[in-house]
Amino acid sequence: MIIMTILLVLLVLAALWASLTTLLLRATIALALTSAMLAVVMYTLGAPIAAVLELSVCAGLISVVFVSVISLTQRRPFKDYIEMRRSRLTRFWPLPLALIVVGVALSFVHAPIQVALPVPGAEGDVRLVLWDVRQLDLFGQILIILAGVIGVLVLFKRESKDDN
Amino acid sequence: MSHLLLLVPFAALILANLLPRRARAAATGIAFAVLALQTVTVLLPPLGLADWSFFNPVDAIIGLHVSMDNLSTLLLVSAGLAGMASLLAAGPGLKTGRERFLFANLVLVAVIGINGISMVRDLFSLYVFIEVTAVATFILVALRHGVDAYEGAWKYLILSAVASVLMLSSVALFLLVEGGASLEAVAHSLGSPGPIPWIAATLFLCGLFIKGGLVPFHGWLADAYSSAPAPASIFMAGIVTKASGVFALIRLAQSVFGDALAARWIFLVVGAVTLVVGAFLALTQTDMKRMLAYSSVSQVGYIVLALGGSPQLGIIAAALHFFNHAVSKSQLFTNAEAIEEQLGTISMDRLGGLGSRMPVTAGTSAVASLSIAGLPPLAGFWSKLLIVIALWQVGQYAFAAIAILTSLVTLGYFLSLQRRVFFGTPGAEWASAREARGRLLVPALALSLITVAIGLAFPLVLSLLLGGGQ
Repeated sequence: MIIMTILLVLLVLAALWASLTTLLLRATIALALTSAMLAVVMYTLGAPIAAVLELSVCAGLISVVFVSVISLTQRRPFKDYIEMRRSRLTRFWPLPLALIVVGVALSFVHAPIQVALPVPGAEGDVRLVLWDVRQLDLFGQILIILAGVIGVLVLFKRESKDDN
Repeated sequence: MSHLLLLVPFAALILANLLPRRARAAATGIAFAVLALQTVTVLLPPLGLADWSFFNPVDAIIGLHVSMDNLSTLLLVSAGLAGMASLLAAGPGLKTGRERFLFANLVLVAVIGINGISMVRDLFSLYVFIEVTAVATFILVALRHGVDAYEGAWKYLILSAVASVLMLSSVALFLLVEGGASLEAVAHSLGSPGPIPWIAATLFLCGLFIKGGLVPFHGWLADAYSSAPAPASIFMAGIVTKASGVFALIRLAQSVFGDALAARWIFLVVGAVTLVVGAFLALTQTDMKRMLAYSSVSQVGYIVLALGGSPQLGIIAAALHFFNHAVSKSQLFTNAEAIEEQLGTISMDRLGGLGSRMPVTAGTSAVASLSIAGLPPLAGFWSKLLIVIALWQVGQYAFAAIAILTSLVTLGYFLSLQRRVFFGTPGAEWASAREARGRLLVPALALSLITVAIGLAFPLVLSLLLGGGQ
C-alpha cells in the first residue's frame, strides 16, 4: 500500500511536470515518465496486458510521434518564452481543480460494468505477454521507431544544411 | 507464407540502408523489386512465397501470426501497384538522390504497415500497423520541406493523433469488457448486453473515419495530397489513406459487424454525406491535385456506403471499388505529375489544349476519369453497379439513388477537368510542351490497361472473388 501511494504521488507529479513545463521535449519526457508510472501501477493491480500496452504505446510509441512533431516546430521568441513561464501557473490552475471535481463526482457513480478480470497466473509474466502474445505489435512498434528515425533524419538534416 | 510479406520488405529496408553511400540510388530499385515480387506472388500463389517452405523455421522463431484472405489479396496487390507507380515517378519527381533514397525507405516502411493492416486479425495490432503507415506518411508529406509541406504534415499529424486516441480508447474498453481485442472477441462482445461494446466500436469507427478522410474529418486530406511531392501524392492517394482508414472499415464490416443494423446505418449516413460533399467540393476546385483529392473523399464515400448494403455483396462491392479507385487514382496523380513536370503548374485555369501535346497522358487520364465516373465497360462501372445492387437488395432505394445521382456529378467534374486541361487550342506559353518522360508514361499506361482489362474481364474477377467465399 505504501509503495502504491508513492507510485500514485509520483504519477501525479510527473503529470503536473508534463503540463507545466514550457519546453515541449521536457513535456514529452515527463509524459513518458507518467506512462511508465501508470504501467507499474497497472501491473501491480494485476493487469499485465494493459501495463505492457501502456508502456509500449504511450511511453514508447507516442513519444516517438511527439518527438517527430517537435522536430517540425520552431522555437518561440525568447520574450514569449519568458511571458509563458510567468503565466503558466495562472493558466493551468483549473486543471487540478477539474480533476478533483470529476474524481469526486465519479466516486458517487455506481455503474454496473461487466469487467473481464484476468485469470490469476495466466499471461501474468511480462516476458510472456511481450514475446508470445504481442509479438506482432512489437514488430510494428520497432517499425514506427524506425520511421521516426527516418523522420528526424529528413527534418534535421535539412536544418543543418540551412544553418550552413 | 503471409509473414514473409512483412519480413521481406523489412529485410529490403535493412539492405537498402546497408548500401554504401555511392550505391544508394539502388534503394529505389530494391523497393521496386520487393513490390513487384509482392504483386506477382500474391496474384499467382503457385509462383509465390507459399511454396518457399524453407522459410518456415523463421516463422517458428519470430512468429508473426498473420493470415491472408481474398480481401487481403486486393489490398496487397493495390499496394504493390500504387507503390511501383510512385517509385517510377520518384525519378523525375524528386530532385536529389537523397530525397529518392529516403522516399524508397519510407515507401518500404509504409508497405510493411499496409501489409500488416491487410493480414492482422486483432484490433490492437490493426491500430499498430495503421500507425506504422501513418508515421511514414507524415514524413512523406514533409519530405520536400517548405511551409505548405509542413502545414499539410501538421494537419495530418494532429487529426491522426485524435484518431489514435479514439482507437486506443476503444481497444482499452474492449480489453475491459471482453479481456481481449481479437476480431472474434470484439464481434462476440458486440452481441452481449450493455452499451460499452458499442461505445467502443463507435470510437474505433470515428478513428477510422478520420484516418480515411471521411466527412466531416476530411479537412487534412486535400492539404496533405497537394503539398506532398508528386510521387508521395501518387502513393498516398492510391493506397495509404485507403488502407489505413477504409480497408480497416471493410475488415470490421466483414469480421465484426456482420449484418448489425446499427453499423449499417452508420455506414449509410456517413458514406452518403461523404460522397455528396466530396463530389461538390471537387466540382469547385481549380488546382488539379486538390480536385483529385476531393474526388478521393467522394469515392471513399462510395466504398463506405457499400458497407451499408447487403452483407456479402456490399463487402465485395466495397473491396472492388477500393481496388479500382486505388488503380485509377494512382494513375490520375501520375498524370498530374506528368503535367507538372512539363509545364510547372497544375492550375486548371492556366492549362488547356494539352491533348495534342501530351496525347498519352490525355488518353490515359480520360480512361481513369471515365472509370471513376462509372462509365461502362471500364472497371469503375462494375464496382459502382455492385454498390447500387447491394443497396437495392436491402431496400435502401434512396441511398442507391444518391449513389447514381452523385455519379453524374463525378462525371461532371472529370469532364470539366478533361476540358480545361486537354481540350481546345494550346496557349502560346505551352508551345514547347512535350509528352512526359517514359518513367511517368509506363505506370500511366499499365494502370490504364488494368482498368480496361478488369472492366472487360469482370465476370472472371467476380467469380474469383465469390469463389473464395469471402
